[in-house]
Amino acid sequence: MAETTQTYEPGTHPDLPPPLATTGALGWIKKNLFGSPSSIALTVISVYLLYLILPNALNWALFDAVFNAGSRAECRELGSGACWGLANVRFSQFIYGFYPEHLRWRVNLTAVLFFLAILPILWDRTPYRQQWFIYSALFPIIGYFLLVGGLGLEPVETTKIGGFTLNVVIGVTGIVASLPLGILLALGRRSQMPIVRTLCVMFIEFIRGVPLITLLFVASTMLNYFLPPGTTFDLILRVLIMVTIFSAAYIAEVVRGGLQAIPKGQYEAADAMGLRYWQSMRLIVLPQALKISIPGIVNTFVGLFKDTTLVVIIGLVDVLGVGRAALSDAKWQGLAWEVYVFIAILFFICCFSMARYSLYLENKLHTGHKR
Amino acid sequence: MSKLKVLLAAGALTAVGATGASAGTLDDIRAKGFVQCGVSTGVPGFAFTDDAGNWQGFDPAVCQGVAAAIFGDSSKVKYTPTTGKTRFTALASGEIDMLARNTTWTFSRDVDLGFTFVGVNYYDGQGFMIPKALGVTSAKELDGASVCIQTGTTTELNLADFFRTNNISYEPVPIETNEEARTNYLAGRCDVYTTDASGLAATRAAFDDPAAHIVLPEIISKEPLGPLVRQGDEQWSDIVRWTLNAMINAEEYGVTSANVDQMATGSNNPEVKRLLGTEADLGGMLGLEKNWAHNVIKQVGNYGEVYDRYIGASTPIGLERGINALYTDGGLIYAPPMR
Repeated sequence: MAETTQTYEPGTHPDLPPPLATTGALGWIKKNLFGSPSSIALTVISVYLLYLILPNALNWALFDAVFNAGSRAECRELGSGACWGLANVRFSQFIYGFYPEHLRWRVNLTAVLFFLAILPILWDRTPYRQQWFIYSALFPIIGYFLLVGGLGLEPVETTKIGGFTLNVVIGVTGIVASLPLGILLALGRRSQMPIVRTLCVMFIEFIRGVPLITLLFVASTMLNYFLPPGTTFDLILRVLIMVTIFSAAYIAEVVRGGLQAIPKGQYEAADAMGLRYWQSMRLIVLPQALKISIPGIVNTFVGLFKDTTLVVIIGLVDVLGVGRAALSDAKWQGLAWEVYVFIAILFFICCFSMARYSLYLENKLHTGHKR
Repeated sequence: MSKLKVLLAAGALTAVGATGASAGTLDDIRAKGFVQCGVSTGVPGFAFTDDAGNWQGFDPAVCQGVAAAIFGDSSKVKYTPTTGKTRFTALASGEIDMLARNTTWTFSRDVDLGFTFVGVNYYDGQGFMIPKALGVTSAKELDGASVCIQTGTTTELNLADFFRTNNISYEPVPIETNEEARTNYLAGRCDVYTTDASGLAATRAAFDDPAAHIVLPEIISKEPLGPLVRQGDEQWSDIVRWTLNAMINAEEYGVTSANVDQMATGSNNPEVKRLLGTEADLGGMLGLEKNWAHNVIKQVGNYGEVYDRYIGASTPIGLERGINALYTDGGLIYAPPMR
């Protein structure tokens, strides 16, 4: 025999590389896509579906699409795919609504300042975090004056705030204001004090039992009947209040779920340490309860953000309203697909970011209890 | 539905009471410096936003005319987009001063809901559009068809009436907006799309292949569309009414936005002189400036100009004047004299 067989003492054999078919791209494909008969079937079906859909979708959205055109007729001459000319020409209208053009820098500045304000809240390693919080607490006032004007800035009526800006303003305000309110409601609902508890239960159940649209209708029309004649009360402010209390009721129930998951021993331990109610909540119970509630809370926020498009029904021109009005322009009539796909992309970016952040937070906070 | 009606009526009553207590609508408008005008969220040609974000169209033009009559500046209008469901509450609650939103003038809206229709700026009627391939030539052959229909409108009720009187059945496919109807119809989810004939023509004009669809000859309803205001402030309804009438009369007398300055000084026609305020003071009777109608025509145009600009045969909407021609041309558009 030309080949010699080498022998090793027990325990001295060098480690061999794993079989080729279990590592690298090939191994991943084999393990994840063709691991069992059922997954082979699913893979084949999925690839076939992608083969059916993807080429047409890509052709429509990219390869045959027209990006620069002044009207639908012009688009049709240039290509057979999507007519992104509409989103292109009206991009600023989709984003800013009817906000005066020469003042749009204020919207942009508000957005930048907003990201700076939430940075220390979202990221716990922000330098000078404590001091930075003061700015975060002041931001709502700064943002209000930047958007609406006053204090030497040219005033802008709130009805001019529209497009995606309006969705973001309503969504962000709702989210920021409803979380503390929701936590208080959840604590109130579990309180030992009968009046507080009853009030919280009534509030939560009433708001949760009514569709958001109804609340918006109340905000837009019914309040005019209830208030004394001649009082005007900004429509967007009314909507903000309604959206906030609506989402607070949902947050309250999500947080209550978290509170109930905390073992009784934790409450008792807090009492045994001699902590007062608020101390024990702040230091022991809520940190744990909120951590459990993160997926539910973010879920509510994502839902709330998408629900902001409902304001189109009470005549506020949000991004969907801008789209509707644009589609009625004879120049652009019939481009519903393009408009709704464009709006969907805007929303997807925001909602997906929120979902990813919540995952990051869960991973950061997990203390080994998770399976 | 009847509960909603009671609610609306109650609301309308409260609102009327409220406005009755405060100063007149005209004074309110002068004080705030603009006309708050309810328009639709979008009907091709009738109301839409242009690329710069301004509301345009056949209906907003009425509001612009009223603003020109009051302030001498047609841009002093603020728009509130309303849907078929919110339009009447918005007007009744005082959120808007007037509604110009292709709204059909009916008995119950005028009497029961407490509104005043000030006139008709477009005579419409409900029609049916079907794909030519269906081979149907009359609406009476539509037994068992699925019909795309906008909810909360008079078209919904007319449709039910028509099919009941002809003893045939249909399957309604409820939709909310014109754009939705268009998409559903083209995707084949309904055999028939029914709405006002103007809307059908406008929608059809924007199809990739308009020739493959026909509008059936039956017009099953009367749909006089016009601007409306709350009941109870006659001065205000007169202003809106006569702004519209001034635009119609201007067309009849041949006054256009181009020649209005010249006509104001050069015309010997006493009707024109009264209209433009060079003779008599019609504006003063309304509580407006003498040259109110002059401003309306100069800045917005006469009825025919507005029609041609937004929905006429030369636009993509392509609506012939038809019954919306002046009575002198065999149409129904007729305004009382300015005297």
